[in-house]
Amino acid sequence: MSIREATVPARPEMIPQPSFVARLLNSRHFLGFVFMLPMAALLLIFLTYPLGLGVWLGLTNQTIGRAGKFIGLLNYEMLGDDSVFWLSVFNTVLYTTVASVFKFGLGLWLALILNQRVPFQAIIRAIILLPWIVPTVLSAIAFWWIYDSQFSIISWSLVKLGLIDTYIDFLGEPNLARASVIIANIWRGIPFVAISLLAGLQTISPSLYEAAVLDGASPWQQFRYVTMPQLTPIIAVVMTFSVIFTFTDFQLIYVLTRGGPLNSTHLMATLAFQRAIPGGNLGEGAAIASAMIPILAAAIMISFFGLQKRKWQSE
Amino acid sequence: MAKKEKVGMDYLMTVPRRVVTVYIPLAVFLIVLLFPFYWMVITTFKPNKELYDLEHTNPFWIAAPTLDHIEKLLFNTHFPDWFVTTMIVSVASTFLSLFASVTGAYAIQRLRFRGSDMIGAAIFLAYLVPPSILFIPLATMVFDFGLFDTKWALILTYPTFLIPFSTWLLMGYFKTIPFELEECALIDGASRLQILIKIVLPLAVPGLISAGIFAFTLSWNEFIYALTFISSTSNKTIPVGVLTELVEGDVYHWGSLMAGALLGSLPVAILYSFFVEHYVSSMTGAIKE
Repeated sequence: MSIREATVPARPEMIPQPSFVARLLNSRHFLGFVFMLPMAALLLIFLTYPLGLGVWLGLTNQTIGRAGKFIGLLNYEMLGDDSVFWLSVFNTVLYTTVASVFKFGLGLWLALILNQRVPFQAIIRAIILLPWIVPTVLSAIAFWWIYDSQFSIISWSLVKLGLIDTYIDFLGEPNLARASVIIANIWRGIPFVAISLLAGLQTISPSLYEAAVLDGASPWQQFRYVTMPQLTPIIAVVMTFSVIFTFTDFQLIYVLTRGGPLNSTHLMATLAFQRAIPGGNLGEGAAIASAMIPILAAAIMISFFGLQKRKWQSE
Repeated sequence: MAKKEKVGMDYLMTVPRRVVTVYIPLAVFLIVLLFPFYWMVITTFKPNKELYDLEHTNPFWIAAPTLDHIEKLLFNTHFPDWFVTTMIVSVASTFLSLFASVTGAYAIQRLRFRGSDMIGAAIFLAYLVPPSILFIPLATMVFDFGLFDTKWALILTYPTFLIPFSTWLLMGYFKTIPFELEECALIDGASRLQILIKIVLPLAVPGLISAGIFAFTLSWNEFIYALTFISSTSNKTIPVGVLTELVEGDVYHWGSLMAGALLGSLPVAILYSFFVEHYVSSMTGAIKE
């Protein structure tokens, strides 16, 4: 059908005269330039430039309403002595590590379950993606309500089951608050990991498993020596994405705790926001945000070389 | 032979074993993943009397459902304004991104101009730049351009995370279209623009739908830019408005908050229910490349 449409422009009157303009319009390099323009303009102005501007702002003392002066690394020196900043770095690393490990483990488990013959597989798969589709802020508000200190449904259930006597103040005590926000993050991240890995599992040729079974491989050996090596490239990409977006998470913390209690859940992104926007200290906020860049770059490099290794193996 | 039979049996698995290894974990996953939504719905329709009295009622159910919270949300708050703003911003930024992505992806994938490989790699890197390191410099730019507290601030900045994603996805779709089709058209005298509009685009419709609904969803869900670039109550988007405007001091109106969360989630949930396969393919397609 589409092929028939494809022959539409083939009428003789449409043959261009070999004028200069026509030749220019059929030059790949010129057209490539024209076609790239809208994208290049948007990305250079609103992505590349602000990326550099952010690093520059981090070297100034700009505030909201007052142009800044270049102050060198003063912001970074101040942050070096700032215990709240180091706490936020610790929190970010903890949050990212724990949440990523659980997202990966539980996501892989769910993917392996879904890869078996399960009734209503399509519907279940559709339902599982819901937490990832729905606006994070709105589902985080639901978690806020579930974690409420007075009316938490979790506390209510545990009290009724006789497991605890008093309601748990989920977001009021530092370590409990950390655990609570991490759980909410895992909840939101599992669907992405599970469905991506499921797509990877479904591309593994059944003949590999047949061969393994004929050689007498146990289910664990099949998993270890067939599933995992085949899945590695997708795991590398999925976990890179997961780590990057967990590391720079903002929404969940902003809704649930705003960094409290006692800054125990402040991540670098929420601290940057707090110092820059309500605090008005754009330079300092930009310095905190820029401090995330080297770590992100490292994560990308690790994933990149992980993929390279895989390519080399398959050749 | 005996070994093979044992493994074969394993593959089919006995019913009790399947229950333990498949059905029970799956049920637990489903309950945990869905509970917050159930809780959203229950709270939305529950009268305050039941919400704040956990001793005499069963909190998991509603004795006397009410529409009070939804009524309050729709008629006593700016929720309708937020809805309209979010819709306009999402649709506009989606179309802007799709236009830029289609031409860009075609150029990178099909025109193979000088440096197109490098630009393809750069697009992938742009995909990995998170909004939380861009919002401070963008805030100063938005302010300097005089766009602060306008829809344009969002329409122009959302493409920064929509374009890399949809370009990457569309490049994958364009790759699958045979070069012969384009060559035939070129020989028949079609220009490159005609080829793009009349041959490549019709064949890439599934990719366009995937990229479009996904971009719409990402815009609908965006938070940090909308929180930073918008200040007046009536200009806010749904995620920002529900969070910042429905809490009066220390008083949380949980009923209306949950009603806002529910109604704000519905548009993407409905869109999702119609295009599940497109969502899955756009999510996994972008990763498999």
